[in-house]
Amino acid sequence: MRMKIFQKIYTKLERITKATCVVRAENVGYEELATVDGRAAQVVKILGDEVTLQVFKGTEGIPTNAEVIFTGKPPTLKVGEDLAGRFFNAYGQPIDGGPELEGEEREIGGPSVNPVKRKQPSELIATGIAGIDLNNTLVTGQKIPFFADPDQPYNQVMAMVALSAKADKIILGGMGLLNDDFLFFRNVFENAGAIHRIISFVNTTEDPPVERLLIPDMVLTAAEFFAVDKHEKVLVLLTDMTLYADALSIVSNRMDQIPSKDSMPGSLYSDLARLYEKAVQFEDGGSITIVAVTTLSGGDITHAIPDNTGYITEGQLFLRRNTDIGKVIIDPFRSLSRLKNLVIGKKTRADHPQVMNAAIRLYADSVNARTKQENGFDLTSYDQRTLDFAKDYAEKLLAIDVNISTEKMLDIAWDLFASYFSIEEVAVKKEFSDLYWPSV
Amino acid sequence: MTTTRSITKGKVAGIISNLVIVEADGPFAQNEICFILAGRTKLMAEVIKTERNKAYTQVFENTRGLCIGSEVEFSGHMLEATLGPGLLSGNYDGLMNNLSTMEGIFIRRGDYTPTLDTAGKWDFTPIVSDGDKVIAGDWIGEVTENSISHKIMVPFVLEGDLVVKKIVVSGSYTINDVVAVLTDQSGYEIPVTMTQKWPVKKSLTLYKEKPRPFTMMETGVRTMDILNPMLLGGTGFIPGPFGSGKTVLQQSISRQAEADIVIIAACGERANEVVDLFTEFPELDDPWTGRKLMERTIIIANTSNMPVAAREASMYSAMTLAEYYRSMGLKILLLADSTSRWAQALREMSNRLEELPGPDAFPMDLPSSISNFYSRAGYVYLNNGHTGSITFIGTVSPAGGNLKEPVTESTKKVARCFYALSQQRADSKRYPAIDPIDSYSKYLEYPEFQKTLATLISPDWVEKVDKLKNMLIRGKEAWEQINILGDDGVSVDFHITFWQSEVIDAILLQQDAFDEIDARTPLLRQKYMTDSVMDLLDFPFHFESFDEVQPFFKKIIGKYKQMNYSEFESKAFKDFEDEILSISEGSKMKS
Repeated sequence: MRMKIFQKIYTKLERITKATCVVRAENVGYEELATVDGRAAQVVKILGDEVTLQVFKGTEGIPTNAEVIFTGKPPTLKVGEDLAGRFFNAYGQPIDGGPELEGEEREIGGPSVNPVKRKQPSELIATGIAGIDLNNTLVTGQKIPFFADPDQPYNQVMAMVALSAKADKIILGGMGLLNDDFLFFRNVFENAGAIHRIISFVNTTEDPPVERLLIPDMVLTAAEFFAVDKHEKVLVLLTDMTLYADALSIVSNRMDQIPSKDSMPGSLYSDLARLYEKAVQFEDGGSITIVAVTTLSGGDITHAIPDNTGYITEGQLFLRRNTDIGKVIIDPFRSLSRLKNLVIGKKTRADHPQVMNAAIRLYADSVNARTKQENGFDLTSYDQRTLDFAKDYAEKLLAIDVNISTEKMLDIAWDLFASYFSIEEVAVKKEFSDLYWPSV
Repeated sequence: MTTTRSITKGKVAGIISNLVIVEADGPFAQNEICFILAGRTKLMAEVIKTERNKAYTQVFENTRGLCIGSEVEFSGHMLEATLGPGLLSGNYDGLMNNLSTMEGIFIRRGDYTPTLDTAGKWDFTPIVSDGDKVIAGDWIGEVTENSISHKIMVPFVLEGDLVVKKIVVSGSYTINDVVAVLTDQSGYEIPVTMTQKWPVKKSLTLYKEKPRPFTMMETGVRTMDILNPMLLGGTGFIPGPFGSGKTVLQQSISRQAEADIVIIAACGERANEVVDLFTEFPELDDPWTGRKLMERTIIIANTSNMPVAAREASMYSAMTLAEYYRSMGLKILLLADSTSRWAQALREMSNRLEELPGPDAFPMDLPSSISNFYSRAGYVYLNNGHTGSITFIGTVSPAGGNLKEPVTESTKKVARCFYALSQQRADSKRYPAIDPIDSYSKYLEYPEFQKTLATLISPDWVEKVDKLKNMLIRGKEAWEQINILGDDGVSVDFHITFWQSEVIDAILLQQDAFDEIDARTPLLRQKYMTDSVMDLLDFPFHFESFDEVQPFFKKIIGKYKQMNYSEFESKAFKDFEDEILSISEGSKMKS
């Protein structure tokens, strides 16, 4: 974008709404940044000489003669190795008291990767959590959210995943993050001695909500620098994307756009896809993997935010409290990692896919048995055995506090099969049962 | 837009995201393409609304940094696809830019690459001779493109009777070399090359007749081929909530279907899914010819992060390519994933134009846009007596998995096959999750297709399919009764009925798309397995009590599964079959 030698100052606002103001100005670029009365703002609409600016912090107290200065460029981030270990706000300015950034200035929200230049993701990310590694294996270059109710420990699980995954850089994007949660992340990372490979862009609940819209683009611009320029493996954590989408709807509402489902803007799918699709595996080893959080209201996944997210991401992980064992588990039915088939049985032991499916099928049978039991019917021996199996399976494999190797998970599964079922009932390929069925 | 006129220019007067308002200094047409100058980059845009001298254009690119007053040039034509040899195996974006020849990792704005390679030479063989009479769409010569005979045709835009004044001799030519000169009725000479252009939003109707579809398109997916077959020239759609296996199913179809050419329009979906195709198709074999799958495939990739207006165009581009190859007398399979994303692209623009919205904020004319699109598929008799077909299968991603939403409802009115993916089946890992009871293929009711089935498979096939469907419905009813009344609250027969439907489900309907053998079942094997399962289920089973039923059928299912995993008619296959027979004989003896 062209730089302006003379910065013209405008001092007459035509209209002011809660989040936007209109000024008559010329030679303004679309999506250009400006300041209105010292507050950051961005051009969102131009009609003739009428320029509509979205003021991130809101327009409270802005006078009609406020100074409007256009910067001549869209939002940017200075990228460089000096990002590592630092904390920033939504504008990419340090909030940790450290020095200013000195790297190359890049526009955020850059172009998309040419699909033919992508590589098929094929590198597994082991987390040690069996509910993930066994049933919903993650792969570099994948994008996957946790679908969780606000009271579930999603940030804790995400921090566990971040620390056990072998990533060169971890970039945290906090949108509407509670200050407590922000401190939690910082403590966990510091205690693990990992702070030097972590970068955080944070908008807390104390900051204006519309500022959140900049966070993912900041995070992903930094991620692209490390993945493309430095060929590093980058893990991006975004929490909470529901609050991001809420900010989108606030803006579109104030721009008088016609809302579609659940008062969300009609472009919600494209808006979210633009971010999630930055997840990528490159030929030279660099990659961006995105693990996000989408909070649900009352577990409703048909709401426009989780619904659109589910169509974009490569699976989703559900947390659920299992009353049998009194622990949080990764729900084996509703969770899904779409990329797992690229690695399971290939990068892991060959029996992995069949063991995974058999265990889930038996677990599903236990749900039917439970329904029967609750309705007061007699259980068959098979029903009873599935119930016993289900409890053991949840305890030994699905609980989020299980931390073992994938090989060990498979061995445990075979042990569970043999303790409760016959070979026919488990029905896996003969070559595997010949090899792994524990001899009594 | 055939009239010639001087070039119209204009200036940018308004910018709202990718909707740019242009003030023109001369005439322009609805849907005309124009180029907006953003600095040194030219951004392609399409006129979608006209108001006096103001053209409302949708820009196929990001408009960041664009200023009021930027210059605009109108092109004088609508959005066109360049057609000619060299399309096969290609990877294009929604505007038919060749993705493979773009430089850099990122798609830079205004980076337009030619669809076809102009330097390569093709061995051209003439089909007509000097003096022959021809009309638009007639074959005048052919080249071999990846083993397919690619016909060079009289340009589709020409009208009336034409005469071949001169055709070149067999030899090597580039796509831009003149291979023929035609004269029209007024003696005007028209040079013809191997390439031509066609506006993608107009359907190409240079055929004699479009009968109802009547022949089967084998997909190797048992639940489709057996219960709800797709036809050459047929239309179908696959709606399903996310995670129900839409993508895996569509990829299975694209790999295995009986088609000369497969065109995949990845419309607003995940980039990694396209990468799967890029990675796997050059390696995998086409089960019909043994050549590599990529040789018969064209991929139009306008993934969800690529500009939304180009997403809308991608569906039309894909259909135009399909129509082009159909005119050569080929069988085309066109897969679009997903038509919902296309509809959403229409919605985003309609929204920016501040049009009055219809249901769920979709544009009011959504149903007609969808039906117009589906109607471009079909089986045709070309003017020269050859036949060609476009089979179109689109996926639909209904919001919240609710099938009562505008895209699903509008599609249901026009598509003849409905493959409903059920969340319940997906949750219990019964893949493909096509619901056997809710889904349908209207083609089964066509007498001409019933006749085809009688000769292709067996005279009683349609009855068998009916019987299978009935057994599945009865099984479902029995299951509901068992759940209400309890295992011992119903007679043993209910258990038998339920488990019979479970055998059909587990053996004929469920299929492991990731197993080398099970993934594709040829028609002959499908018939064999269907007969085998139905023969078995015809046994008059007798059990003393309900708790004998489940173990018996589980055992049978276990063995049958192993059969599905074994090479057809191999020793292992036959051994499992013998075991099944002896198990069922055992049950018979007991009675």
